[in-house]
Amino acid sequence: MNNIIVLPMVLPLLLGALLVFFQQKIVFQRMATIALFLVNTGISILILQLIQKEGIISLDFGGWAAPFGISFVADSFSMLLVLTANIISIVCLLYAMGSIGPKRERLYFYPFTMMMIAGVNGSFLTGDIFNLFVTFEVMLLASYALITLGATKKQLKASMMYIAINVVSSSLFLIAIAFLYGMVGTLNMADISQKITETGQTPLLTVISLLFLMVFSIKSGLMLYQWLPHSYSAPPTAIAALFGALLTKVGIYALFRTFTLLFYHEQQITHTVIGIMAVLTLAGGCIGAIAYTDIRQIVAYNLIIAVGFILIALAVMNIPAFEGAIYYLIHDMLMKALLFILAGTIVYLTKTAKLDEMSGLIRNYPLLGWMFFIVVLSLTGIPPLSGFIGKVLIGEGAIASGSYVLLGVGFFSSLIVLYSLLRIFMSCFWGETIISTEEKRPFRKSFLFPGAILVGCTFLLGFGAEAIAPHVQHAAQTLMDPNMYIEAVLEK
Amino acid sequence: METIMIIVAGVLVTVATYLLLSKNMIQVILGTAVLTHAVHLLLMTMGGFKGEDVPIIGEGAAEFADPIPQALILTSIVISFAVTAFFLVLAYQMYQKTGIEDLDRLRGFRHE
Repeated sequence: MNNIIVLPMVLPLLLGALLVFFQQKIVFQRMATIALFLVNTGISILILQLIQKEGIISLDFGGWAAPFGISFVADSFSMLLVLTANIISIVCLLYAMGSIGPKRERLYFYPFTMMMIAGVNGSFLTGDIFNLFVTFEVMLLASYALITLGATKKQLKASMMYIAINVVSSSLFLIAIAFLYGMVGTLNMADISQKITETGQTPLLTVISLLFLMVFSIKSGLMLYQWLPHSYSAPPTAIAALFGALLTKVGIYALFRTFTLLFYHEQQITHTVIGIMAVLTLAGGCIGAIAYTDIRQIVAYNLIIAVGFILIALAVMNIPAFEGAIYYLIHDMLMKALLFILAGTIVYLTKTAKLDEMSGLIRNYPLLGWMFFIVVLSLTGIPPLSGFIGKVLIGEGAIASGSYVLLGVGFFSSLIVLYSLLRIFMSCFWGETIISTEEKRPFRKSFLFPGAILVGCTFLLGFGAEAIAPHVQHAAQTLMDPNMYIEAVLEK
Repeated sequence: METIMIIVAGVLVTVATYLLLSKNMIQVILGTAVLTHAVHLLLMTMGGFKGEDVPIIGEGAAEFADPIPQALILTSIVISFAVTAFFLVLAYQMYQKTGIEDLDRLRGFRHE
């Protein structure tokens, strides 16, 4: 029965390979991808319930027992993220169908998306650090293809930097793995954790952990985010939404995994550094979000603020903070996808990304305006929307550990989020309507439907937080107590 | 042997860093390729060089090199091959479309 946990990665991989042969059959590709992600969502929910019943599930490939073979491990944390990733894929694909255009659809948009999601799900599920590198590469290679898809000049320019920085950080990742393997002689994460506990986290291991921190910081946009706003504002909206919602979150997941499972012994060093980086990320993100007048840049900087905010939880390291981080991570994935979609729609409708060149959209597109307003509230953390519970719990965790600076900066950033997004809202939707009926771009229902699903999700997650509470609690306990993870993998 | 290999890897990293910091696009791509090679050498060195026997248990292998780093390197070579190929094609595409080969001209959007 535990074979089921490989499906969220394998199904998209197989279908992606298959769809390459149906290049011209766009309708078939659309149906197949949506059907697959629906199935995948179902499977993820099933696995989550299985974990509640039987504890963490692990699977050793080829029957090679845990430290020797490659294993997949599904705990509540990874499965919640897999579930969210699949829901977001459905939404972004629905939006892509209405907006991305037949040219890009024929350029293997769907197969590449499938490959990328396979990489994302694989990164969440793998229990082997080298396998994590491989799944990262699967995800990144597909994302290289997606970011250049259609090959407009702007995309080509942005992708150069994106690819260069990711190739270099992948090399650093390999260097870190090489050193770690040289020190502990194993690649299975549970086994590494056990070995580190036995020998103690020596200064050398702490240095290696900082190397890992740097690698994942580049991937997740923690402090080393300078590549991010530029590259994420170039590709078409649906692709940017996928990137914004999923790719940085995989980096955050990897940070949580390595610094709760492997390197949790020297918290005065590693977790203090993470805390400082989180504060700098929040500060940089806030400055960027206020400074720019390009709507896509503002949205990208909002993404960075969220990264800093979630990493506060890792810096303070206690159960309420972890619960908050998981709630907030799920919320942020959903809402950032929606924010990117809405911002992209606004740019499409007004033909400009400059704030001061647009106004009065609410008269033409009232529903769009209201949806944007709900996102603003949700991202700021107004109850009963989904951002609230995550923010409260992270704040509770920060108070419990006495990190008042982190608490203050974190909550101050919420105000900046509110300000920067309200600025978009006011200058886009309020004021005089300047788009005349003749030059109005055609507005399709298919722009709003995917967004409506996500708005539904934020209400559901806000009101129904109790429903996923057992999973979130289990996930937070696993993060806090690495032995639960180790026992599930090594002692079956 | 380990010492020599580490020094070689270090030299390769230096070369790669120099190439990565240059402005020419092709040099940057070559820099990433050299960097991955340096990492592969490092991976191999981390496994240690301990003898020539085949690493099969029960075949009387007394001293054998660790096979895992070799498996890792093989995987990584395939990945870096794909990435470098893609990167080169991208650079060519960009040169064709925009005529840019100098990375300085890639920076930012206008009006900012």
